[in-house]
Amino acid sequence: MSAVGAALTAAAVLAAVAAAAGTWLPARARVTLAGVCTAGLGAAGLTAGVAALGGQSWSADLPDLLPLAGAHLAVDALSGLFMAVAGAVVLAVGVYGIGYAGGGHGLSGRGVQAVLPVFALTLILVPAAASVSTFLVLWELMALTSLALVVAEHRERGSVREAGLWYAVMTHLGLVLLLVGLAWFAAEAGGETFTALRAGAAGMSPAARDTVFVAAGLGFASKAGMVPLHAWLPRAHPEAPSHVSALMSAAMVNLGVYGIVRLGLDLLGGGPRWWWWLVLGTGALSAVYGILQAAMASDLKRLLAWSTSENLGLVLVGVGAAGMFNAAGDRPLAVLALAAALLHTVNHAAFKALLFCAAGSVLHATGLRDLDRLGGLRARMPVTAGLFALAALGAVALPPGNGFTGEWLLLQTLIHGLAVPGVSTAIMLPVAVAAIALSAGLAAAVFVKALGVGFFARPRSPQAERARESPPTMLAGMGLLALACAALALAPGALAPGLDRAAAAAGLSGGRQLSGGGLRLSLHQVSASLWPLWTAGALAVALAAVLALTRAAGRRERRGQARLWDCGGGAPTPRMAYTATSFAEPLQRVFDDVLAPEQDVDITPVRESAYLVERVRFQHRVPDRIEHRLYRPVLSALTGLGTAARRLAAGSVHTYLGYGFCAVVVLLVVLAVIQ
Amino acid sequence: MAAQVVVVVAGAPLLAGLMRQVRARMEGRAGAGVRQPWRDLRKLLRKEPVTPVGTGPAFRVAPLLLVATTAVVAALLPLVSTDTPVSGRADLIVVVALLALGTVALALAGLDTGTAFGGMGASREMTVAALVEPTILLAVFALSIPSGSTNLAAIVSGAADDPARSASPAGLLAIAALAVAVLAETGRLPVDNPSTHLELTMIHEAMVLEYAGPDLALVELGAQMRLAVLLGLLTSLFAPWGIATTATWAALAVGLALLVVKVTLLGAVLAAAEVFWAKVRLFRVPELLAGSFLLALLAVAASFFLNGR
Repeated sequence: MSAVGAALTAAAVLAAVAAAAGTWLPARARVTLAGVCTAGLGAAGLTAGVAALGGQSWSADLPDLLPLAGAHLAVDALSGLFMAVAGAVVLAVGVYGIGYAGGGHGLSGRGVQAVLPVFALTLILVPAAASVSTFLVLWELMALTSLALVVAEHRERGSVREAGLWYAVMTHLGLVLLLVGLAWFAAEAGGETFTALRAGAAGMSPAARDTVFVAAGLGFASKAGMVPLHAWLPRAHPEAPSHVSALMSAAMVNLGVYGIVRLGLDLLGGGPRWWWWLVLGTGALSAVYGILQAAMASDLKRLLAWSTSENLGLVLVGVGAAGMFNAAGDRPLAVLALAAALLHTVNHAAFKALLFCAAGSVLHATGLRDLDRLGGLRARMPVTAGLFALAALGAVALPPGNGFTGEWLLLQTLIHGLAVPGVSTAIMLPVAVAAIALSAGLAAAVFVKALGVGFFARPRSPQAERARESPPTMLAGMGLLALACAALALAPGALAPGLDRAAAAAGLSGGRQLSGGGLRLSLHQVSASLWPLWTAGALAVALAAVLALTRAAGRRERRGQARLWDCGGGAPTPRMAYTATSFAEPLQRVFDDVLAPEQDVDITPVRESAYLVERVRFQHRVPDRIEHRLYRPVLSALTGLGTAARRLAAGSVHTYLGYGFCAVVVLLVVLAVIQ
Repeated sequence: MAAQVVVVVAGAPLLAGLMRQVRARMEGRAGAGVRQPWRDLRKLLRKEPVTPVGTGPAFRVAPLLLVATTAVVAALLPLVSTDTPVSGRADLIVVVALLALGTVALALAGLDTGTAFGGMGASREMTVAALVEPTILLAVFALSIPSGSTNLAAIVSGAADDPARSASPAGLLAIAALAVAVLAETGRLPVDNPSTHLELTMIHEAMVLEYAGPDLALVELGAQMRLAVLLGLLTSLFAPWGIATTATWAALAVGLALLVVKVTLLGAVLAAAEVFWAKVRLFRVPELLAGSFLLALLAVAASFFLNGR
């Protein structure tokens, strides 16, 4: 048995042990043992993924595991990449969860502790599925376990229940789409293993191929949180326990991308350009819309959830570009675009998991998620603040952060993509570049807001005032993620061979396009290279030089302290500081037409005079406009239908018997007509 | 390369002084002389370093980071010569991102003070920065199409070999878009008034109100260096005549002299134009930036269709 198989077996065994420990042991031991085993399961997943990325492949048929079809598993470099990402996140989150769930949030209960390892295992196994039935079973198991975890805190907050309902409905509508698409594919191809699908795809009619791609693609896009199927994401991610949010946001949404790549590029073998324009357009729209909503959000975890929507949008821009270049016959550029998308997926997983864990740390210490009421945490929780800053540097896509390399590669690919002939390329690619640039610019504003308002300045509430640093296990979990961020930022070149192999596994055999050379990332077909370590080193040298020169030029005096000047206004109170809402106000005005904010001023005058005001109430909300326009009408129509249908149930048994009789008669008539 | 950094550090305050002097003369004042910014910097550097109570490391590090990022950018840009030891690492996207890093650091410092003005300045600065970014990157896109690379040295030497390139419609549109973006990025009129003292209209100044002494000197120097670097970038991209393409001393000397002349001229023209401009309202700025964004998009389209690729 190869390393991949051994590691996956170990992962399955550890998951079983963790689930058993979570079910049977007493609370304290339960949290620790389940956490340790989950971390081990993550490590096993990471090992399997890295081995697969290194070029090992593995497959297994387990005919007795599932009735009728049996279970088929196969691991290539593409699955290996997603497996490694999920494994790394699970490893860190397992360690983090020991401290987080032990804090008495109601998360140390049997349900959560037993379900979490199963969810973690499905995250690792979904990319390994090699037949339609195995894939769907694992996919649904992932959805159900994550749903159970999302509603873990439903006793504490009513909003959790609403989020759980949205998530349950959306994820199952997605499952229906996947079921329709993949079942149709299997029927047309005449077999349900991925090998049979690959072989049968060429013989399918274009209409069938289009239907399969669009139906299943919509299901996958909804899992990736793409506009307009995103409505569950900004609800479920904030309301789930923070370590579960980290798993969902850094590992689960990636599987939507995996699905699109696996289905579109590998199983269906590419496709016409319009498929990929659709993917690219959805990605660009989600990127801009997601980051705009994040700029408006003042709930820290909601902001991070919207940012996930943005980053997965950028990833899908890369995937769409890859498919488009592939359809145009430019294999080298297609490989580059897919590599850019995958690199951004890896980077996003690292910084987003760290951001969610840090947000969880804040929640753990203060019980608050509202940025307007936080502040001043940098002095009270220095490690958390530092780690959040590191992850935010990755998220704003500026050097020397880790998000920069992926976006740089993506921009390079799109810029060179103009060499691909076609008017549609000349129109879409500049628009895609503009969308990426706009989302990068807005991301800077978003994370300046999150870090500056949430962690700097002075505390704006008693809870923030009393915040204490988190327990060491939580810090250790975050430290692991921080290490991953730093490694990805400084040496992305080490990933280059793996990315090339993953692209080859996705069916894009364009030869080797990326090379690492240890610390730099250079492209073969187009002349461009990036030296992240050099940039970081140059910045460090420049910083040291500036510091030394300033010291030398000035008089050697100790740094003095003085009161804040504030234009002579004197001691400002925390209430006068800028909040997240006020920070976002100019942006909201700029994008007024897109966001359509709602304002409501309610003035109650004193009874005797219209000029003396007793009370003024100001309400301001930035609703999700797409949701309002798209979901509300459907929901209200369904509610109306339900209300109308209640009249049918009058409570009389005679009427019900009448319905039954009529139904039988109609059925018989229909059958007679068909026969 | 090191010489380039020294030239930018030494020249930036002189450029600022020159621009102030031009304005003063055109407004009928005597002016303080070209070397006044240098004297100000020296004075500030010798003062006692002071930090306001309640600020953290972000406030302390931001001025250093601002100057450091700009210095790295100054080293990367082909200002005097396209053939420097680091020209292979000089990617226009990296340059734009490094400048943005300085902006972000300063905005965080503004929020760190916890005053209303600091937050206001940071919020406005990030709004402008978020809108400038697409323009700059699209202009980069337009410029890199003819040379097939985003590498700065390749773009600049390509333009130096083929002067007609910058006179093409795509080049002209890109320069117009980039010029507006540079004005916004460096906080000049009509986006922001660098010499304002009315708090409610300030963008950049509102962020740095709490700085004093050596820190303030660094913030001022950083702002002046950014202006010098970006004007230098504009001249290199669109008027690269005489830039050294080899590493001989004579070519470098000619390149340096021409750079100084070109940047001085550009600065003087900008200062003269500013005399006749008024600052636009904050919420009219996005319209200006949207205009420049449109120009950049047109530049890409023109570049694509005219190059026939």
